Amino acid sequence: MLAQYSDWFYIAAVAVYVLAMVLHAYAQAAVRTRRPVLVGAGGTPADIPAAEEQPARAVGARAANMGVSVAVLGALLHLASIVARGLATERWPLGNMYEFISMITFAAVVTWLVMLRRVPAARSAAPWVLLPIVVLMTLGGTALYTAAGPVMPALRSYWLPVHVTAIAISSGLLIVSGVASILFLLRSGSGVPAAIAERMPTADVLDRVAYRVMIVAFPLYTFAVVAGAVWAEAAWGRFWGWDPKETVAFVAWVIYAAYLHARATAGWRTGRAAWINIAGLTTMIFNLFFINLVVAGLHSYAGVG
Amino acid sequence: MVDSLERPAPGPVRTSPFAVLRNAWRGLTSMRTALVLLFLLAVAALPGALLPQRSLNLNLVDQYFTDHPDLAPLMDRIGLFDVFAAPWFAAIYLMLMVSLIGCVLPRSVEHLRALRTPPVATPRNLGRLPHHATGPVDGTPDEVADRVRALLRGWRSAERTEERAGAGVREFSAEKGYLREAGNVLFHLAMVGLLVGFAAGKLYGYEGSVIIPVGNQFCNSGILGYDSFRAGLRVDGTELEPFCLRIDQFEASYRADGQAADYRAEIGYQTTSDLDEGSTAEWRPATLAVNAPLRVDGLRVYLMDHGYAPRFTVTFPDGQQRTGEIQWRVVDPSTLLSEGATKFERPGITDEEQRRTSQLAITGLFAPTSSGGDVVTSVFPALRDPEVAVDVLRGDLGLDDGRGQSIFQVDQRQIESGALQRVARANLVPGQEITLDDGTVIRFDGVNQWVGVQVSHDPGQDWVLVFAIAVLIGITLSLTIRRRRFWVRLQAADTEGRTVVELGGLARTDRAGYGEEFDRLRAELLGPEKKDG
Repeated sequence: MLAQYSDWFYIAAVAVYVLAMVLHAYAQAAVRTRRPVLVGAGGTPADIPAAEEQPARAVGARAANMGVSVAVLGALLHLASIVARGLATERWPLGNMYEFISMITFAAVVTWLVMLRRVPAARSAAPWVLLPIVVLMTLGGTALYTAAGPVMPALRSYWLPVHVTAIAISSGLLIVSGVASILFLLRSGSGVPAAIAERMPTADVLDRVAYRVMIVAFPLYTFAVVAGAVWAEAAWGRFWGWDPKETVAFVAWVIYAAYLHARATAGWRTGRAAWINIAGLTTMIFNLFFINLVVAGLHSYAGVG
Repeated sequence: MVDSLERPAPGPVRTSPFAVLRNAWRGLTSMRTALVLLFLLAVAALPGALLPQRSLNLNLVDQYFTDHPDLAPLMDRIGLFDVFAAPWFAAIYLMLMVSLIGCVLPRSVEHLRALRTPPVATPRNLGRLPHHATGPVDGTPDEVADRVRALLRGWRSAERTEERAGAGVREFSAEKGYLREAGNVLFHLAMVGLLVGFAAGKLYGYEGSVIIPVGNQFCNSGILGYDSFRAGLRVDGTELEPFCLRIDQFEASYRADGQAADYRAEIGYQTTSDLDEGSTAEWRPATLAVNAPLRVDGLRVYLMDHGYAPRFTVTFPDGQQRTGEIQWRVVDPSTLLSEGATKFERPGITDEEQRRTSQLAITGLFAPTSSGGDVVTSVFPALRDPEVAVDVLRGDLGLDDGRGQSIFQVDQRQIESGALQRVARANLVPGQEITLDDGTVIRFDGVNQWVGVQVSHDPGQDWVLVFAIAVLIGITLSLTIRRRRFWVRLQAADTEGRTVVELGGLARTDRAGYGEEFDRLRAELLGPEKKDG
């Protein structure tokens, strides 16, 4: 019964996120990019387009505001889905890959909404941030879906809420940071049509978002790995055993450590650091899908069979 | 390169060994090298996740050798199946550690020095700083100075008075966020400590696993007691911590679909001091369960797996009886269908030749909940309807040829050579028996359970935890605390009882916002309405 509600909330959340994406995309389409004024140096360039742009800009701003509110609604539905799942199964709702992805994407959405309050200039990145979230949730809700049920004895430990929640939240943060770095490269590179690139936040804003999210994500991710080691010591007889999941988590940690070092190295601060962040995100995604589904290891809890 | 200016003469440039060393050291400890080494470490660890590893699963490595007979030996030679024990992997992380120490030690010294020097003097032109403000406020310079001092509580600050244009100018310089660098240093030193703790575990730790039937006991007295033993590099197995345990009871519960719900074993144990005192009659009670090992005397005892040990009694034609009960291994973890071989020697036979033709082995499958029918298979892991499907083999088991033999199998070569022959085949439930052609009766008495126990010793792991916590504290401090400077200059205004206040602020680290805090300080001193001052 509750499990059914959880599923409905989940589907509703995805739909609402898509709506938020559409609103944001519409908001950006409504804002015309500044036309370069090459001739007529006499008059101020703002004079002419200002009159006709005014209403479009107002509509755009309204759509963008609505987009944020709708995303908040989506996050509430998403949270309801997670809580209902936990109540339905009478355990912490992080026992298989579907639930894990649900928690990661929820963390990513909340991160994004918090970031919007801190760096309002980042708002025009919304469609690009919501896109991977919607894709992940769709995958989680279809191919990786697992019906509500109990988990194996090894997963019944108070370390599950600690370790897996910390991993899920830090993964959500790292997704937002990684997407910001991807957008940073698109924005500062030349491969993207100007019409799209110019509607994104400035490269500087995107770089700041990537870094500010990272300085929260990295310590949390470190904590999650340490908590995992403490749990492994009680469950598997050793705190670290180079299980494939552990190994790739270590690789990702090293890459993110490299990102932070790059931020302090002349010549690596922005562009190259962004590439490192993307390498880190790729490793995390690889760890989520490939290691869970293809490589056999102790962490094979995906529940997909 | 260092000496090239002094050596204009053509020919190879000779550099002193010292310069080479110094340059190598500078290169190794530079941030760029650290970056490269971090990348190398990440790339080097990846095969450990993508290729089968001996330390995790020997069978998968063998399988890989079978699948790739040409490539696998080459890969093996460069250690791709033992990545985390490979010399090149060690080389990378040791270089990284050296680079880290070489970078962090000078930085700690520098930081200690910074802690003892007063904040830098106020720049002449505060208006050039990223954060700045100026404006007149009520109060004499002395009164305003008191307010500044109160405001700068918690900052490292210094105060100077300078004579300029005939009037006293007061300058305050303040700095905050020293914990950032302290956290940075703590993080890096703790990483070294963590690695040392990890290495200590690999040197002085050990891990042994053993199967113990319920009702039996086991003592940690030597490597031979274990079924498998992984010794640290400095462990020879002669000085294991004395410790005994006895399995009193084992219980597993399952859900209706056969998925395990819970396992636990009730055990008794005797610690090192119990054994030293000779009080071996008493057993301390404990429970082993999933996620709940027993920790005693620096040892950890884990419940790893479990299975069944069928018990057979053989009554030989002369009336002598022998009972055998040995663990059979699980072939299907979801139904606990097991296989094994219970071996017997006929008692009272002294003639070697005769002895080698009369050995018996009962091999086959055991189902805890049998499907029934001719082909025995298991449908549920709990002991509901046990049944064995066995072949009885008689002849020479090959136990005397000096080679080790699996306890779960008979030597296949003995069957192929005809030395061991099948004399009966039957499905038996507890209590049933079969009679062989020579009158020997084999009875399936019942089933015992066994548990697989792992005993681990790692003297480094507590240190690893301590350093891991230090790593966490260090990284959190170094990423969240901002190092920032704040300056105030006070000058008497033209009007009596008024003071001109100049403020300046500079974040010394990243751009993750100092603005808000500076605005707050400005509002405190200049009042909120003077925002654009």
